[in-house]
Amino acid sequence: MPDVDVLRQLALDFLGLSMMAIGGVMSTLSEMHRIVVDHHHWMTSTEFAEVVALSQAAPGPNILVVTLVGWKVAGFAGALVATAAMCGPTSIITLMVAGAWQRFRDARWRIAIENGLAPVTIGLMIASALLLVRSADHSVAAYVASAITVVAMLATRINPLWLIAVGAVAGYAGLI
Amino acid sequence: MTPPSASEHLARPANPSVAELFMGFFIAGISGFGGVLPFARRMIVEQRRWMTPAEFTDMWSLCQFLPGPNVVNMSLALGLRFQGKAGAAACLLGLLGTPFLIMIGVGFLYTTYGYIPEVKSVLRGIAAVSAGLVLSMSFKMAAASRARDWTLVFGVLAFVAIALMRLPLAMVLVTLAPTSVLVAWLQLRKRARADRSVAADTKASP
Repeated sequence: MPDVDVLRQLALDFLGLSMMAIGGVMSTLSEMHRIVVDHHHWMTSTEFAEVVALSQAAPGPNILVVTLVGWKVAGFAGALVATAAMCGPTSIITLMVAGAWQRFRDARWRIAIENGLAPVTIGLMIASALLLVRSADHSVAAYVASAITVVAMLATRINPLWLIAVGAVAGYAGLI
Repeated sequence: MTPPSASEHLARPANPSVAELFMGFFIAGISGFGGVLPFARRMIVEQRRWMTPAEFTDMWSLCQFLPGPNVVNMSLALGLRFQGKAGAAACLLGLLGTPFLIMIGVGFLYTTYGYIPEVKSVLRGIAAVSAGLVLSMSFKMAAASRARDWTLVFGVLAFVAIALMRLPLAMVLVTLAPTSVLVAWLQLRKRARADRSVAADTKASP
């Protein structure tokens, strides 16, 4: 039976994270790493990178990285708690507010919030991305693999799954 | 941003049933590797024609604005619009239900076999690629973002605070967000006043 304290902490942490998810999952990864790796020591930096990678490779919304993090921390209960905390409360807010969209859609304060948060979101996303690179790459070959991925994604329309597959094979072959 | 015009509405108003809503989001949910949005959009706008592109963009704006996972918000907002709470529940369950179970399976395999050296090697390779994917996605989104002009300084500050200073996100947001929003609000007000005075001048001159 998983530690109730851990589950409670997981719930509170991901509830907080859900309220700060201004730019999608990616902007929250830095904070997720800080909480899960630096603060609680629930997993290593490398394991965090592995979990993020697996959640990307698996079908479904990227937000379900929290399911895998929760699983790693506290098994099925952890997965459930983390997912519910991340998605539940904000869903309730959405249900309450979505119907009134037309009322605040064109309000200056609404547009100001969007415009104001936009640059902050970019900063957070790039910070998360670089953190992930630091967590995942521990060799020159790994950095090269990440760099090639970036170039491939920006310059071509290749399906990311192919890149993941190549990465998996290269890893297995000991190249990374 | 103006609401979708009358001419942009569908010729035949969409009325998906609860079951159709579930199916639509179920398929979109399991199709989306590393990001469901493109599949969701294609399903909603092009395949099932539940919304026009303008309506979709408008609703997506709402979903980004609201706290929480964007695509989750989208499933709720869209489901709510067509079939109320039952529709919202159907869309959410469709979107997350199966992927959640798949993720549990992945988790099980990971904790059971993740320590094996060969598996670790594969994971190393996948993690390197995944980091590259997130980095490229962040560049793309930065390029597409509405942020412009000197307010990007807030982005730099956020980056420094999080990536270099490793500050807690709550602390960073509580200081930067209101400031950035206030600046944005002042810019909007200034622009509105400028527009009004231009309009007044135009009216004044014969």
